[in-house]
Amino acid sequence: MNNEVIKAEGLTKVFNKSLVAVDHVNFNIRKGEIFGFLGPNGAGKTTTINMLITILKPTEGTASVLGYDIVKNAEEVRSSIGLVPQEYTADEDLTGLENVLLCADLYGIPRNIAKERAMDLLKLVELTDFKDKKVQIYSGGMRRRLELACGLINRPKVLFLDEPTLGLDVQTRAATWDYIRRLKKEFGMTLFMTTHYLEEADALCDRIAIIDHGKIVVIGSPEELKHSLGGDLITLAIKENEDVSGLIQKVEHVKEVRKEDKVYRIKAEIGEITTPLIIEALRRNGYTVMRLSLTEPTLNEVYLEYTGRSMRDAEESREAFFAQRMTMRRARGR
Amino acid sequence: MSKSNERRAGKLHGIWALTNRELKKWYKAPVIFLLSIVQPIIWMGLLGKAMNIGALIPTNIPGVNPGDILEQTLGTSDYFSFMAVGMIAFTALFTTMFSGMSVVWDRRLGFLNKALSTPVSRAVIIFSKVLSATLRSMFQAGLIIVIAVAFGLRFGASFNLLNILGVFAILFLICVGLSSMFIAITIRSTRIETPMAVMNLINLPMMFASNAFFPTKFMPEWLQTIAKYNPLTYTIDAVRQLLIFNTDWVQLAIDFMYVAVFAFIVATIGIVLSWRFLSK
Repeated sequence: MNNEVIKAEGLTKVFNKSLVAVDHVNFNIRKGEIFGFLGPNGAGKTTTINMLITILKPTEGTASVLGYDIVKNAEEVRSSIGLVPQEYTADEDLTGLENVLLCADLYGIPRNIAKERAMDLLKLVELTDFKDKKVQIYSGGMRRRLELACGLINRPKVLFLDEPTLGLDVQTRAATWDYIRRLKKEFGMTLFMTTHYLEEADALCDRIAIIDHGKIVVIGSPEELKHSLGGDLITLAIKENEDVSGLIQKVEHVKEVRKEDKVYRIKAEIGEITTPLIIEALRRNGYTVMRLSLTEPTLNEVYLEYTGRSMRDAEESREAFFAQRMTMRRARGR
Repeated sequence: MSKSNERRAGKLHGIWALTNRELKKWYKAPVIFLLSIVQPIIWMGLLGKAMNIGALIPTNIPGVNPGDILEQTLGTSDYFSFMAVGMIAFTALFTTMFSGMSVVWDRRLGFLNKALSTPVSRAVIIFSKVLSATLRSMFQAGLIIVIAVAFGLRFGASFNLLNILGVFAILFLICVGLSSMFIAITIRSTRIETPMAVMNLINLPMMFASNAFFPTKFMPEWLQTIAKYNPLTYTIDAVRQLLIFNTDWVQLAIDFMYVAVFAFIVATIGIVLSWRFLSK
């Protein structure tokens, strides 16, 4: 059985014959995986998503979703995927339930089935009490949940989330993460998401691809990416005055030891494993460890390592900016 | 979540859902709905009653009967009836254009992308826009007829209720044609200002280079030529033939044919252009 749900091979999109938005991108996404697409503004995240959901045709290369070619079998792709867009697309003048039913109509789901499913989904996203209220009065978090319900109406096997927590407060963001985890756990759904928030990618994604200038610069699990930076930082101090740098250096996995005053700064590959080994080695030689701390590199550092520190706002298209601003404004209730 | 689809959706599924979504924005918003009713009343009152051309002809000259003069120039002795029909076309034209504008918002707010990611066909997305604009225009136009009658529109001698159906048929044709054309323009723009500018450029010249408010035979020759090819001229003439003139069936048939051919060509071009844009 083929486990690859999404497969992209040399996927490329060139706008106006000169602007290369996505440049020969390759990746595979396995069944039941949460795959995160990370990158600066204008890196090609949304363009990639738009190709996978069959809104844009690739200039070059191919991709398949659930085995269906995104160009030749676009129809099949469309009926088996769900989309939670960046923007709030729900109609303000309609109620929450009416909006979900409208989505159901777009998938051609018969009314009686659609109603049943809509009620279930509204319950899932905790909007049952508001289902007959106009979306106008919904808060940003409620709108986002409504989008999620709409995206799930056709029971997709793959769900695409474009910046699912953009402009949400901390509580709502945490709640959204819970929904996303439930979808993976309870329904075995495969999720493809783009995000700006590194802690979000770290907390949710099984694997991450960092994309910059249309190219994937690195791909792997958050752990792998963090380790790829060269390891964790262990800081320790001992009671005795002797220099034990040489002793620490000999411990397995230790890559680098620096002594600053009485404090040793140790770079090690896998901090959790190396730390006990260091303590053990010191103790065996009669030294007493007084203080110790272990710091793991965050995804933040990984991200900056691969994408550099320059700001990218200038590359962001006007349209994307406008959409984002509208979303923010709606989220704030204007 | 095992089975993804209970049935293969038909080719035209979603058309009513999308059309109704457009229409709901209009009929579910009481203020907009009320304004769309009040506006034609104001237009009628201002334009129709203020520009009473019949009053310009002196009545004290022996042997001159203002009614007869109007009858010879306008084809009816009542200028209000003449221009009320022009108003019907005017309203249809404007409503069609402004309804098409919503596609800009759909694009900006992401709804268009959302719809494009569903199995709804690209054609249905365009058709539903055309259909909602057409239905809305026809409702407005119907309203104008009712208001015009209330203000004193004089029906022609050969008028019967079936003629009303004919009026809606010709309005349907022109609205489908015009809205397809405007949607092809608006779907390409990311800013509301662009279609606004285009429409202002097209709307009024199209209105005044027609027989809407003034018979074309008194226009300068170059303008007459334009008016002769203007589909609105034929639409308005057809409505006049049906409502206020003594119906000239040959002329009516020519009108219908001209408008039908225009609608067919323009709608095809418009829909193909929109289609190509959506599947780029």
